[in-house]
Amino acid sequence: MAMAIRVFLLLLFFLSSTNIGYSLYEDQVGLMDWHQQYIGKVKHALFHTQKTGRKRVLVSTEENVVASLDLRHGEIFWRHVLGTNDVVDGLDIALGKYVITLSSDGSILRAWNLPDGQMVWETSLQGSKTSKSILYIPKNPKSDKDDLILVFGKGSLHAVSSIDGEVLWRKDFAGESIEVSHIIQSTDKIYVAGFVGSSKFYVYGLNADSGELLKNDHTILPCDTFGELLSVSGDKFVVLDKMRSKILTINIKNGEISYKQTLISDLIKESSGQAVILPSRLPELFALRIDSLVLTIKVTNEDDLVLVDKINNAAAVSDALSISEGQHAFAFIQHEGSNIHLFVKDVNDWNGDLLKESIIIDHQRGNIEKIFINNYVRTDRSYGFRALMVMEDHSLLLVQQGEIVWSREDGLASVVDVTTSELPVEKEGVSVATVEQNLFEWLKGHVLKLKGTLMIASPEDVVAIQAMRLRSSEKSKMTRDHNGFRKLLIVLTRAGKVFALHTGDGRVVWSILLHTLRKTEVCEHPVGLNIYQWQVPHHHALDENPSILVVGRCGPSLAAPAALSFIDAYTGKELNSLRLAHTIAQVIPLPYTDSTEQRLHLIIDIDQHAYLYPRTPEAIDILQREFSNVYWYSVEDDNGIVRGHALKTNCIHKIVDEYCFDFRDLWSIVFPSESEKIIATVTRKSNEVVHTQAKVMTDYDVMYKYVSNNILFVANAAPKATGEIGTATPEEAWLVIYIIDTVTGRILHRMTHHGCQGPVHAVFSENWVVYHYFNLRAHRYEMSVIEVYDQSRADNKDVWKFVLGKHNLTSPISSYYRPEVTTKSQSYFFTHSVKAIEVTLTSKGITSKQLLIGTIGDQVLALDKRFLDPRRTLNPSQAEKEEGIIPLTDSLPIIPQSYITHSLKVEGLRGIVTVPAKLESTSLVFAYGVDLFFTQIAPSRTYDSLTEDFSYALLLLTIVALVAAIFVTWVLSERKDLQEKWK
Amino acid sequence: MGVLLIRWVLAVTLLLTCALGFKSDELLLDDEEFGIEGGRSSSFHSDSLPPSTAATSTSWKRFSESASDSKIQFTLQHAFGDSDFSDAGNFSARLKTWGHGGQTLTKLRFKRDPLTDVEKKSFQELLRGDDFYRIRLPSNVLSPPGREYIISSVKARCLPGDGLEEHFVIHMEGVNVLAVNYGAPGSCSYPRLLKLPAKWSFKSHTVLKNSEQAPRTPIFAEDALGGEEGDGEGVKPIERSFWAKYWMYLIPLGLIVMNAVTQAMNMPEDQPGGQPGAPAQQQPGSAVQRGPSSGAVRRR
Repeated sequence: MAMAIRVFLLLLFFLSSTNIGYSLYEDQVGLMDWHQQYIGKVKHALFHTQKTGRKRVLVSTEENVVASLDLRHGEIFWRHVLGTNDVVDGLDIALGKYVITLSSDGSILRAWNLPDGQMVWETSLQGSKTSKSILYIPKNPKSDKDDLILVFGKGSLHAVSSIDGEVLWRKDFAGESIEVSHIIQSTDKIYVAGFVGSSKFYVYGLNADSGELLKNDHTILPCDTFGELLSVSGDKFVVLDKMRSKILTINIKNGEISYKQTLISDLIKESSGQAVILPSRLPELFALRIDSLVLTIKVTNEDDLVLVDKINNAAAVSDALSISEGQHAFAFIQHEGSNIHLFVKDVNDWNGDLLKESIIIDHQRGNIEKIFINNYVRTDRSYGFRALMVMEDHSLLLVQQGEIVWSREDGLASVVDVTTSELPVEKEGVSVATVEQNLFEWLKGHVLKLKGTLMIASPEDVVAIQAMRLRSSEKSKMTRDHNGFRKLLIVLTRAGKVFALHTGDGRVVWSILLHTLRKTEVCEHPVGLNIYQWQVPHHHALDENPSILVVGRCGPSLAAPAALSFIDAYTGKELNSLRLAHTIAQVIPLPYTDSTEQRLHLIIDIDQHAYLYPRTPEAIDILQREFSNVYWYSVEDDNGIVRGHALKTNCIHKIVDEYCFDFRDLWSIVFPSESEKIIATVTRKSNEVVHTQAKVMTDYDVMYKYVSNNILFVANAAPKATGEIGTATPEEAWLVIYIIDTVTGRILHRMTHHGCQGPVHAVFSENWVVYHYFNLRAHRYEMSVIEVYDQSRADNKDVWKFVLGKHNLTSPISSYYRPEVTTKSQSYFFTHSVKAIEVTLTSKGITSKQLLIGTIGDQVLALDKRFLDPRRTLNPSQAEKEEGIIPLTDSLPIIPQSYITHSLKVEGLRGIVTVPAKLESTSLVFAYGVDLFFTQIAPSRTYDSLTEDFSYALLLLTIVALVAAIFVTWVLSERKDLQEKWK
Repeated sequence: MGVLLIRWVLAVTLLLTCALGFKSDELLLDDEEFGIEGGRSSSFHSDSLPPSTAATSTSWKRFSESASDSKIQFTLQHAFGDSDFSDAGNFSARLKTWGHGGQTLTKLRFKRDPLTDVEKKSFQELLRGDDFYRIRLPSNVLSPPGREYIISSVKARCLPGDGLEEHFVIHMEGVNVLAVNYGAPGSCSYPRLLKLPAKWSFKSHTVLKNSEQAPRTPIFAEDALGGEEGDGEGVKPIERSFWAKYWMYLIPLGLIVMNAVTQAMNMPEDQPGGQPGAPAQQQPGSAVQRGPSSGAVRRR
């Protein structure tokens, strides 16, 4: 018997060990997961009209993406996400078949094949100093020699062959201290123009074939200049003077510099505001913005300025587009209420419009920031125009014939913060018609499924089954489901727009451009900081909609003024917004809610005050009750100090504010600045649920997890070793790890990894922390785990103690106990470098955990926590094996099937968010970067539910068949019985 | 060596006699090292200490006892609630200078100044208000206060036991103090009740802690090739017994055999048991036997 039990256990163990790899079948892709590809805010766009193939537009974006989009539908043909530090500075087309990009401050030049985006060549350009980078591809249809690419970057001018990327010649300007702003090419000469200081204008003439310096000339302008130099035509430039009252026209005909000054007040009488030259390139023209007025000014051959037109409320002006020999068109946009007017005009013929359209654009997209135009030949042989518009919320629109042909929500490429919200509960009372409809559909679906299961489905049926599964109307419903799979993901983007995405199919349910995060005169660079759950109604307050809090600030500095917005999570309406009188250094959601389930938040400003929100008397009451139990900490990264704080009294201000509190420092930890620098801090998630505190060891011993919400993990690196890997020797690199109690400031654990350095990515869950770093001695990445156990409860092992109630498990825990903790830790090698690390969360915390690792390849790897168990030994005993301890290996395995992103890539991965579903076995995972990816994972398989493709019809059929068989056999046996009796 | 020991004993006895009413628990951590230290002391010189730090410091005194280690002192300051910090006691320790230039503290001793009447009063205030008793230490023991003071605090109601009991864990990195874990040596149960101490003197425990080394990653050379392989467990074909392999066939087989055997055993019993008068068995055979009789009844 014992043998049988052992055999059974062994079998269970083998079964469980095969479950490690979480993987799915090919036809399951897209059932629970969705993937969206974005490119980010477009910086530059180039249309190309290839004779063959479909029409496309090339774009480079602020997320460092180079992409080719379909002009008809806005789909991505190909896309390359360059690294985070590889900022694209220039984009152009060479030879009609290569896309040329200049990136990394003018040091990397790449050519991509236009149709498919394959990289053709890459050249790295050397230079000695950082400077502005300019990409210039001469458009000279007459010259038959191979196209030259002129690149100014790193303080030197490079001439690069566009065929193979070879650097033909290089001229260093690093010694001349000139800020080059333009490259001009005449037949066989190249002129480089720029400023030294702000008033000395230099022009260098170079031989186009050899880069030899032919001549240089300079002139001293009569006044300092303001802003960028704008090229009006080949050899003419305009620039504003420092007072912004004059326009300087510079002409460099044949290398001779001449200039002219014109007062702005001569052009327009009633000008009052500050003038700015718009960077649109128009032939013989330029655009000047004064307040809301845009002036178009023509530069005559004699360098005189002539005012051509005044445009009111112009939002954006495009570059000129050459439509035929000598004919140039350009577009501008005029706002008028919710309508916008798109004008396309001929540069030379100012009176008529080539195109005038008015379009209604959703005001949640904000203003138009950039416009690019392209022409096409209409069916009646006239010229048509289409415009690509970049909106304030970073979305991209294509407008043609007065309609929005397609739009892309590219703001979602720059997600800043994510939170979730439950969907509304389903209302009672469903009409009969829908039920009947559903019943028929249901039956049909199940018949199809049955066919599929019995392998008698025709190919069409298979397609229908797959489509049905994908459609699976259930999953995209706008109501709460029993399993908690359907939720709203609420994301805040860098543009200050908040989107609600449905977890079922990833569609945008609502979006709102927050006016507190829009650029205004008082707030030049608004940034969205964080998003919090403000109000999460439960049972008794279900008739209220949940709401979320968005915290924003004007500019990156902590001292900038801040604003709060409250948004209804179901409708996306802004409920309230506050411009705060104080600054925001830290937002602390407190674990208390008021009677309407609004969560109390403390906002700490930089002047050592804490402000309570919501500002209601009830909130004050609640806080007064818990006044002495509110603790928080702050980390001063650059200073190397961690401090703990507690509330003290109301503020002593001139104005009495009962929602303002002073606080005091309770503790401080000062890391020695000569040997340690803080590089990472991680805490536990406040919403994490721990199922059991006890952990039963193999020898029936019990260990108690040290589970505390006030626990902080700090990783410090040696100051010399905070740079890139390879800049420090193993002797001068070390990593010091701390686990700190944030109420009392006790250091619970402290450990040094010698010869290791950052970057450190860490995740804290339950009683353990897992962190990833680089080991310089082993030349490999490592992951370590530390588990913290509570020793003060360790003697609660005796059953009799429990029976007699002599244990201390129910006594309240205070942080002022002197903790007796032990730690266990172990390190393993890990092949990949890591971009983000997260752990699965489930609703009750029973299911075993998986680490979600965002790898350098922009994929998400699910690694079982059992691999990072400090109790792993080389030869685990039989009992340990049965418990699931894996034999010790020096490196962590990477199982290809356990990539939860399967074959997809979340380009530019920045973060992973996990949310528990209501079903205990399942956790929802949202990964964001330039792309978005969402899936459900079940770390221990879905042990608590049937799989989605479980065929209920087959089950029903089987039961029916069985019942029928019972009856038939019963009748048969009866009959036989009777016959036997008659024998 | 001997002289040193005597001096040390003298110093200890002196300290003990000075400490009125409370015992100062000395740290028993690096005792052996101290012995070794004395042994090779002759090779070191006290001026191996950075002279600048010595010059700038004001509140610590260094007695050049031996060539390699020196005695230093640093003060503990305390505050009652939000009051200003005032001196509360002195830590004294030996500063050891290692050959490679590193410095560590050993033999930490603590002497607390007795509480004045004013301080007692403010302490009682704290106890009534359940407020914080705060202490601070310099972050650098050679040049106090270093970059900044290290602050730690505890709810005053945690401290009173018999007298006042306190426990310091000082985390050091060379001569830098990183943090002080300050609190009651035992528990401080919640809710904290107001309890005045019987004696107004501190019983102090001090511990010095330095950083530990992290365990090294195990390296298995022989696994280097197979390290990347799939799941690191379960894949190796473990010798499984015949039972383990075929139990699912054997059990039903066994059942069938058992069934057959019981039937076979019952068969011979049935023959005599089928006679009238014998107790009716529950075997299927009995039904067959009853068949004709009941049939006979019906046929009637």
